[in-house]
Amino acid sequence: MNKVLRIRAATYQVIALLLVLLLAFPLWSQRAASVYAIKNAKIYTLAEPPIEKGVVVIRDGKIAAVGADIAIPEGAQVIDAVGLEVYPGMFDPITQIGLNEVGAVSATVDANELGDFNPELIAATAVNPASAHIPVTRASGITEVISAPGVGGFDSQSSGIIAGQASAFNLAGWTMGEMQINPSVAMVLNWPSIQTSSFDFSTFSMKEKPYEDAKKEYDKSVNQLSDWLTRARHYAQAKEKGSPDLFVRDLKLEALIPVVEGKLPVLVVADEARDIRNAINFCTKQNLKMILASGAESWKVKDLLKEKKIPVILGPTERLPEQEDTAYDKPMTQPSELNAAGIQFAFSSFGTSFSRRLPQYAGTAVGYGLSHDEALKAVMLNAAQIFGLADQLGTIEPGKLANLIVTTGDPLEIQTEVRYLFIKGQLTSTDNRHKHLYEQYRKRLAPAR
Amino acid sequence: MKVRILLALILFVTFAPLCVRAQGYSVQTNNAILIQNATILTITHGNIEHGSILIRDGKIAAVGTDVKASDGAIVIDANGQYVMPGIIDCHSHIAVDGSVNEGSVSVSSMANIADVLNPDDISIYDDLSGGVTTANILHGSANPIGGQTIVIKLRWGKPASELPFQGALPGIKFALGENPKRSNFAPPPGVEPRYPATRMGVEETIREAFIEACEYKKQRDDYNRKKAAGDQDLLPPRRNEKLEPLVEVMEGKRYVHAHCYRADEILMLIRVANEFGFKVRTFQHVLEGYKIADEIAASGAGGSTFSDWWAYKMEAFDAIPYNAALMTERGVVVSVNSDDAEEARHLNQEAAKSVKYGGLSANDALKLVTLNPAIQLGIDNRVGSIEVGKDADLAIFNRDPLSVYAVVQKTLIDGQVYFDREKDIAARPALGKEKQDLLAKEKKASEEKKASDKLDANPEKKPDQRKKHPQNSEDNAAAVAGGS
Repeated sequence: MNKVLRIRAATYQVIALLLVLLLAFPLWSQRAASVYAIKNAKIYTLAEPPIEKGVVVIRDGKIAAVGADIAIPEGAQVIDAVGLEVYPGMFDPITQIGLNEVGAVSATVDANELGDFNPELIAATAVNPASAHIPVTRASGITEVISAPGVGGFDSQSSGIIAGQASAFNLAGWTMGEMQINPSVAMVLNWPSIQTSSFDFSTFSMKEKPYEDAKKEYDKSVNQLSDWLTRARHYAQAKEKGSPDLFVRDLKLEALIPVVEGKLPVLVVADEARDIRNAINFCTKQNLKMILASGAESWKVKDLLKEKKIPVILGPTERLPEQEDTAYDKPMTQPSELNAAGIQFAFSSFGTSFSRRLPQYAGTAVGYGLSHDEALKAVMLNAAQIFGLADQLGTIEPGKLANLIVTTGDPLEIQTEVRYLFIKGQLTSTDNRHKHLYEQYRKRLAPAR
Repeated sequence: MKVRILLALILFVTFAPLCVRAQGYSVQTNNAILIQNATILTITHGNIEHGSILIRDGKIAAVGTDVKASDGAIVIDANGQYVMPGIIDCHSHIAVDGSVNEGSVSVSSMANIADVLNPDDISIYDDLSGGVTTANILHGSANPIGGQTIVIKLRWGKPASELPFQGALPGIKFALGENPKRSNFAPPPGVEPRYPATRMGVEETIREAFIEACEYKKQRDDYNRKKAAGDQDLLPPRRNEKLEPLVEVMEGKRYVHAHCYRADEILMLIRVANEFGFKVRTFQHVLEGYKIADEIAASGAGGSTFSDWWAYKMEAFDAIPYNAALMTERGVVVSVNSDDAEEARHLNQEAAKSVKYGGLSANDALKLVTLNPAIQLGIDNRVGSIEVGKDADLAIFNRDPLSVYAVVQKTLIDGQVYFDREKDIAARPALGKEKQDLLAKEKKASEEKKASDKLDANPEKKPDQRKKHPQNSEDNAAAVAGGS
């Protein structure tokens, strides 16, 4: 082999090595640097007023320090974020990410089990860590989500009354074990609405039903629900006081124990004012800890929500008014109304492919009166508080999980980009299926005209 | 029960409630309106700071920084606000009475959306509130060749006869892929599945229909030729409602708006169109358009797409939010549409996504919902930009419409204010009271009925409580005349 060739071969080897290194650089990795420092950034901690030019130090997955005059530890990987802004990552608290890959292809959907009462099912069991939705969603600055079984959104379907347990997890990791924040943060309860009209697929049209019939069906469902809770209470007593020899395990009743004990909140999906009131009265009577989900007509029930201190996970501001005589902008002004009434709420996409619109929903609410500060909290902090995860998430404070985003500006604005993404303290790639397809097909096309 | 996304969409459209939410605020045509002190996003001639727009007889009469109001002009002070051309939604199903799908046959070109326009659909007002002034009202996507379509202006409060965009060429909906092959729609019990069930069958259905249409056209042309030559002893060919619109397509008198997703099926339709000598005017959805942007550009078709919808069905799994920007980069005329009464309310936000995904300029992003859909619908000589002589179809925002915080303040069509946020808000207490009064009246009436039902058991003569139907008095007539 002559010298030129040898040099060329060496060059190729170096290139190959670089390529291997490049490819091996994981979308996220436990083995990457464990200490990072982000410097020269404007930092919105959401705990204190923004720091105009500060440093965040991340160590072993947690936030180690944050402030204007923080020393950068030796050996830290430094990100100079001059001109950039740092925020806690966004939290989408009701999604079907990992449970629903392609909405219309049932083989790819694990969100909706058969049967009306499935309290023993846990979303985390079926979340696919390799879902294409995970990198797509986190690229928009959403660092953690809750996936909830049986909760329908734009690209998903509702099913069951007690649909199972919702699970909170980070949007990075090889396995659910690595991603998991808390596999059981709430029990999903699709409140049995009194529906006087429904869609009839055989005639492809709406079918009206007399109120009395709808009410009968509703009563039947609520009675079943009460029965389940009563049985769970009896089961809990038997488990505690009965003879272990005679005790037979029941997965469903066992799963309901933390619910009837008021330890695990029920995530009650309801939209119409009548249903929301009924659900609140039911939960009060049953001593259940309630979180309202979707809540299109929460604005009609403000007093009761406030009195019972029930937080709301609001569906998208991008929806049409619930009633024909509701103000055209009610879905957009409702967040600011709830905030003024002192009701805690968080925004959510209730979707999978729409999760990345979370900041857009919050931004729209700002256009219609919500303060920017409150809007940031409603996509970063409030959900963590509502689901009891605020000790780990929601603000940039020492000791919390280092889930944060470094952006080119206001994270609620549509044109803002997420430059860097930290999940569990790891610098995480913003690459995703969409970027790959874009780059791949851009290459196919001839040079631009 | 599974409610799939497209069915949900259709539900929105089909069963949108009748209006009781909002009043029409249309001001009858005044000779002149001056919008002043605004940032004007003309689209074709840059942005004008502190500019004014003079509207006369529904048309834009002058644009600039030095425009004076003529005597008696109504002045709209838009200080600090942004005026852009009214938003054009190139894919909508609002204002349709009943289902948008005649799904029983594979070719439903005889069905016409223009026959079922519903001016009372509250979605018209909803979309006006998002600055939309013109919409391409399409038949559904259940068939390879679907029904006829029509472009409307969102003239809320006007009868159905005044909705159509006069002079806009009518269209026809074609559909490729999962919807026409009914992949996600099981037929109801007892109903046989409908042909086609594959993309092969979709292609065959379209070709077959055009072969028939060519035969029909030939018969008609022969007849016309012989008649013109003086032959009196002729029977005209029977008019075929199914084939007539396809002949119009081949004669360039009707636009094809083709629902499609995958690159292969888009190329298929370009081939079929070439074979029969017609052009596809727009590929709708066209979520994989970015893969074959050059081929689409070469065919002369436009692309009308979603901003960032994906993964709701298999053929949407390769959809990317860069689609609009990448097709634009390759020379395709691209619009961003809604296909949904709600999505239409923030098409300005959806357009802004192409700045982030693919790096379009702000002006090019705005074109996606203004000039480009106007070009696609062949109405760019009338709307789509703020230029002297064009229709005064405008949306006034309180800030840059590409910001998520921008809120529409007023929407004008033909120089008339059809949506006014301030007036909408101001009218709410009165509307609320009206509702309460009606409810009270209803309650009272039902109580009285109960009471009288009791009395009926014990009959005696009751006074006639029926009110007289209000007469169309002179005052009334004068009020109507005075308002115009």
